[in-house]
Amino acid sequence: MSQSQIAFRAEREADWQRLESLVTRAEKGALRKLPPQDVLQLPLLYRAALSSLAVARETSLDKALTDYLESLCARAFFVVHGRRQPLGAWTRQFFGSDLPAAMRAIAGETLVATLVLVLGIIAGYALVAGDITWYSALVPDAMAGGRDASASAASLKKTLYSTGSQNNGLEVFAAFLFSNNSAVAIFTFALGFAFGVPTILLLLYNGAMAGALIALFVRAGLGFELGGWLLIHGTTELFAIVLAGGAGLSLGRAMVFPGRMARLAALSRAGRTAGTAMMGVVLMLMVAALLEGFGRQLIVIDSVRYGVAAIMFGLWCLYFYGVRDE
Amino acid sequence: MNRAARPARASARPLWALQTPEGVALSFAIPPGGERVAAFVIDILLMVAIFVVLTILLLVTGIAAQGSALGGGSVLLVLWVLGGFFLRFFWFTLFECGARGATPGKRRQGIRVASRSGGPLTPAMIVARNMLREIEIFLPIAMLSYRASQGLADTAMAFAGIGWTGVFLLFPLFNKQRLRIGDVIAGTIVVQVPRPVLAPDLAADLAIGAGPAGTAQFSFTDAQLDVYGIYELQRLETVLRGARPQIPGRPRKDDDPVVIVGKAVRAKLGLPSAGDDLALLQAYYAALKARLERSVVMGRRKVDKFDGA
Repeated sequence: MSQSQIAFRAEREADWQRLESLVTRAEKGALRKLPPQDVLQLPLLYRAALSSLAVARETSLDKALTDYLESLCARAFFVVHGRRQPLGAWTRQFFGSDLPAAMRAIAGETLVATLVLVLGIIAGYALVAGDITWYSALVPDAMAGGRDASASAASLKKTLYSTGSQNNGLEVFAAFLFSNNSAVAIFTFALGFAFGVPTILLLLYNGAMAGALIALFVRAGLGFELGGWLLIHGTTELFAIVLAGGAGLSLGRAMVFPGRMARLAALSRAGRTAGTAMMGVVLMLMVAALLEGFGRQLIVIDSVRYGVAAIMFGLWCLYFYGVRDE
Repeated sequence: MNRAARPARASARPLWALQTPEGVALSFAIPPGGERVAAFVIDILLMVAIFVVLTILLLVTGIAAQGSALGGGSVLLVLWVLGGFFLRFFWFTLFECGARGATPGKRRQGIRVASRSGGPLTPAMIVARNMLREIEIFLPIAMLSYRASQGLADTAMAFAGIGWTGVFLLFPLFNKQRLRIGDVIAGTIVVQVPRPVLAPDLAADLAIGAGPAGTAQFSFTDAQLDVYGIYELQRLETVLRGARPQIPGRPRKDDDPVVIVGKAVRAKLGLPSAGDDLALLQAYYAALKARLERSVVMGRRKVDKFDGA
């Protein structure tokens, strides 16, 4: 007779139900509010339920019972093994080691992305310097904002130093820039999945637009002034875009050259690193938007603009590539 | 949806097995594509609803502030731009970082995100899987709107674009685990988490006399108990768990599972009809379960009725 089965269940049922109620509360995020002895019991009850499941699978033919244990163990598994770090510890680890490590891991791809962007800038510059009509082909009217091929040197100069009579619009400008740039960066990253090709095209095109703009201002004799205007936020913003491109290219690379790992494993490893890097990219773009929205409008002295640009660039490089904890 | 029916339904679906560090394999049902889409639609509707409420709130506050000449309009505009941005990019990420590993839409559908390696689900994974949504959902939409904005001359190009982006969108349909591209990149998988419902032990109820009176009148020979195997036992269990007690004076309908199964079992065992079959089936279930479990302990699993003795 299955008396032993009935006893098996009767002896353990209370523990299962206790585990179930703890898991339900933990899923609601109330684990922190539980008394410590309950939290300590959770892994013990989980292991007991797992061993009950192993026994039930081998000896019990009661489908409802094994189904119950399967789903109870599955839910408890997520609570016990899927446990996240507390926010404070996670933040320390993220900024202390994970983020710089991720940036170092994609350093090679970042270099490639930088070269592609520089190539785009040179191409855009060369085209517009040779024939000014290329400018309107490369830079959409909506983005030119009055900086078109027919503009006079004086009006171009004005666009570089417009502090704006309405300074209270700056924060809107910064918020808009941040959300727009982040969308572009995320897009650049995600396109890396298509073997990295669209990422390269996007970088090339953005470089060409910048190159065209530079050529326009150099023609008007405002090259040095434009440099300050672009670089005060550009060292941060372009760096972030290039890192996003690098993260995207690392996906493409893992897919084309998975090395000794299975393609799927290589991809998900690259994806985790790239995900960490992308969190850093979004933070950098937030800083860039503040520099562009506020810094550039409030600082109108070229040398100070260059100084801020150099300091920001130095800080990012030092943070990502300089500090090693090994 | 009937929650108790979940495990039974789920067992018919493709499973994904995971080896826990304790050495026990746990299996999870892979939700069908429809449930994923439904979860996504619920999330999008919630996001749109929140965005509309946010917009209206800010508009009302803005109009009120204008009257007082405070000039707070730009702060509201900043909130609006950033609110829209965070909704679009961080709705999924923030919810999936929570203890349930699911957005409200996923929770409603009883599904969650898990790490394919069996380790913890890290924020980096969640960020990666959700940023890839840009090319899975928004790129195809952009291609469609591009088609709408261009003349006929660009139709071929738009079709090429839609075809290319369609690969990203339809990717989950081409693999068994229903991984979308974000899942592939992040090393995650979406699984079903059924609510456990512990049903009473049918055999135990009979053993302690909680079953219908007169159960003890049945006894079965070894030959009668050798007719069926584990598969049939568990089908019988499903029928018995769904069966209602007969109302006196009203015979069961012909399409009642108890009647159908009772007729088939009696024919196999060579038993005459004796009123309601429920008591017979319960008694047979308890006897068959005891016998099969005993042979399982002895190392012999009779899988089904075709499994020779």
